[in-house]
Amino acid sequence: MIADAVGAILLATITLYAVLGGADFGGGLWDLLAGGDGRGQAPRQLIDESITPVWEANHVWLVFALVIFWTGFPGAFAAVMSAVALPIWLAVGGVVLRGAGFAFRKEVRGITLQRAAGATFAFSSLLTPFFMGTVIGALAAGQIPAGASRAILPAWTGATSLLIGFLFVGACGYLAAVYLIGEAAGRGDRGLETYFTRRAQAAGLVTGALSLAILAELHGSDPALFRHLTGRALPLVIIAAVTGVAVVALLTAGRKRGARPLAALGVAAVIWGWGVAQYPTLLPGTPVTLSNAGAPHTTLVALVVLFVAVVLIVGPSFGLLLALQGRQVLRHEGGEIALAPGGAGPRAAGRGHAPGRPGPGSRAAAFGLVAIGALARALTGRLRR
Amino acid sequence: MATTLGFHIILACLGIALPTVVLIAEFIGLRRSDEVALRLARRWSQAMGVLVAVGAVTGTVLSFEMGLLWPGLMRRYGAVLGLPFGVEGLFFFLEAIFTAIYLYGWRRLPGWAHWWTGVPNAISGVLGAMSVIAVNSWMNQPGGFTERGGRILSVNPWQVYFNHAAIYQMPHMILAAYMVTGFTVAAVYAAGILRGRRDRYHYTGFAIPFATAAVLTPFQIFVGDTAARSIAADQPVKFASMEYVAHTSRHVPEWLGGVYAGGHIWAGLKIPDLDSLLVGFGPGTRVTGWDTVPPAQRPPVVWLIHLCFDVMVGLGFLLLLAGLWALVVWWRRRRLPRHGLFWLLGAVSGVAAIVAMECGWVVTEVGRQPWVVYRLQTTTAAATANGGVLTSLSLIIAGYAVLGAATIIILRALARRWRRGDALETEVPYGPPPPVPPPSRPRARASGRAERVSR
Repeated sequence: MIADAVGAILLATITLYAVLGGADFGGGLWDLLAGGDGRGQAPRQLIDESITPVWEANHVWLVFALVIFWTGFPGAFAAVMSAVALPIWLAVGGVVLRGAGFAFRKEVRGITLQRAAGATFAFSSLLTPFFMGTVIGALAAGQIPAGASRAILPAWTGATSLLIGFLFVGACGYLAAVYLIGEAAGRGDRGLETYFTRRAQAAGLVTGALSLAILAELHGSDPALFRHLTGRALPLVIIAAVTGVAVVALLTAGRKRGARPLAALGVAAVIWGWGVAQYPTLLPGTPVTLSNAGAPHTTLVALVVLFVAVVLIVGPSFGLLLALQGRQVLRHEGGEIALAPGGAGPRAAGRGHAPGRPGPGSRAAAFGLVAIGALARALTGRLRR
Repeated sequence: MATTLGFHIILACLGIALPTVVLIAEFIGLRRSDEVALRLARRWSQAMGVLVAVGAVTGTVLSFEMGLLWPGLMRRYGAVLGLPFGVEGLFFFLEAIFTAIYLYGWRRLPGWAHWWTGVPNAISGVLGAMSVIAVNSWMNQPGGFTERGGRILSVNPWQVYFNHAAIYQMPHMILAAYMVTGFTVAAVYAAGILRGRRDRYHYTGFAIPFATAAVLTPFQIFVGDTAARSIAADQPVKFASMEYVAHTSRHVPEWLGGVYAGGHIWAGLKIPDLDSLLVGFGPGTRVTGWDTVPPAQRPPVVWLIHLCFDVMVGLGFLLLLAGLWALVVWWRRRRLPRHGLFWLLGAVSGVAAIVAMECGWVVTEVGRQPWVVYRLQTTTAAATANGGVLTSLSLIIAGYAVLGAATIIILRALARRWRRGDALETEVPYGPPPPVPPPSRPRARASGRAERVSR
């Protein structure tokens, strides 16, 4: 029971990382495809401004997911880390290169160096989600033995794994393009709006096609998972399909409102569909389930408490960051790109709040933080008594 | 792993303590309307932006490496040592969020509101550090769980977090972080002063971080002394390696320097009875030697542990001396010392603090060998069985060399730009917004002070 809760928390952090951090990777993809120095200058600038203030905070979800995984399910964590060590190493390398390339790009002087740093950032943004996808693919396809202590190359080079790797890249690009439409609209840049609308449509179609291909592949290679996907996970699969179609349709009809939350919802539905289809096994193909791989009861309880604390403390802080950006207080590099599917977007700025003045959102967030502090104080006071 | 850690630990120190130093500078700047202090705070926060980005990246690598390199450790004890890491994750979040707000809030937020957005940063730096040190000290003094047949049965999170070693390791490391940060930042300005840039900007840039670090140095020496005594009790073999105690005995001498080889100590300075005196405040105190455990359970390179320990202590006292010098001159003349030697000392204090910290880290890590979790799991059992560790290790070292070099080059480039005084700061990532006047600014007057400085 409690193990299921921790499993759900793990899936939730993965979802948040995919929806928030995935878009940052997707930004790198569009940066890569933006063309030469002249043509690609405007979209690159928008991507840059959108990612800069938020990517670190988004990135923490990955660290947090890892911590939950190894604390909640240490045995399975060790097995995954041993069996598919190679793609994970490659993804880690990508994380380093991306962060460093991105941070250094604006620091270095000279077009050649800037190009080199930019290319590092863009290429690694492509490679990292791909290899992460192959790891998830290996896991979902039941290629990871429970007691794995050595790397297994065929575990992640199967068709399912590779397809899921491509799906990750496509989904990142899709999310990023949809978010960037809003960014461009917030700046009143019609040209870039159209630019990213077209890319969002293309990425949506590619991602949809890849999803269908994966379903077809699973039908042959992994009938059990396929049965669950079209069985108890069917509602989620349908949500994913419907939102995908809806986003592309909305964009084609020239309506931008609602595209962001729908796109994020679609990606979340895919992740939860996978989770529901696989439940309760943790490593498919082995007897390892959420309940028998779980850490001792106290550890799991502590993890749930910790997650609640994160939601209570980090939630309002994220809200504050978002609200301050929405009011253009932090608006030099703009962007709450990966932050605001459905949240207070740039639209809020048009609602008559003077930039620089805390609006209701930041007041609420600040109030939330103060309230938590007061609550914690009251609790500790009571405990002491 | 060690390489990544050795690199990350420097960044972590700066991440823990730099927000505080920046806040002190901004506090002085706001309180006294001191333009120089405000400019320093702003520039340091830019450097902080670069360092936080690199630190976030290396921190991520570390969390992956926990699994990639130490699957054995995670498989067996992941459920125990994961919890402090989880708490660290919480503070990592706050740090990432409030760093962004602080860095981007320059000039846009009213002065004091901006100062307050930096406060969660400083707090979460310290609390996050406590959580990570909780893991490390737990490895030195594992406890708070029951285990049967290699399976963890129950866990007591409080006892895991506040284990025996945490009590002295937490303050020791956090103080070290503040000293590393303070002396490193101060050293940059001391070097500038040595090169003849004797202006108020450089003197202030030296004085704020130097004072912060120097004030903490005596506390650090006190905490370190307490820690050493606790180690003598809790981890006697590590202590024996630190002090060359081969046999359990009374009237143990203290060795300064010296290389242990083949049962002899070469070129060391021997002070009779001092070690016993330090351990138990009496020359007759019995000190446990490493002969109490079989050779297979002793650390491999005793001389490295001892020399590192001596270097750490020696540098600690050197830094104390620098602080005392400044204090005496300040007390008598109300100014900083003018002697060239002081500034030379100031210029090397940063490197000295970093070397001292890395030495201390070697002592605690190598001193625990062959155990990764003291007396419970050996390093060999914890490490990955995958081949190619050497390959990946050399790749990591090469990668970090490049990353380190790039970080230093970029920080130097920042400094050059500041020196030229041109307003290229606008192009710094994580830097404050460019000086474009926003359309309407109802609170412009409140942040006006910061405004004037930046132009």
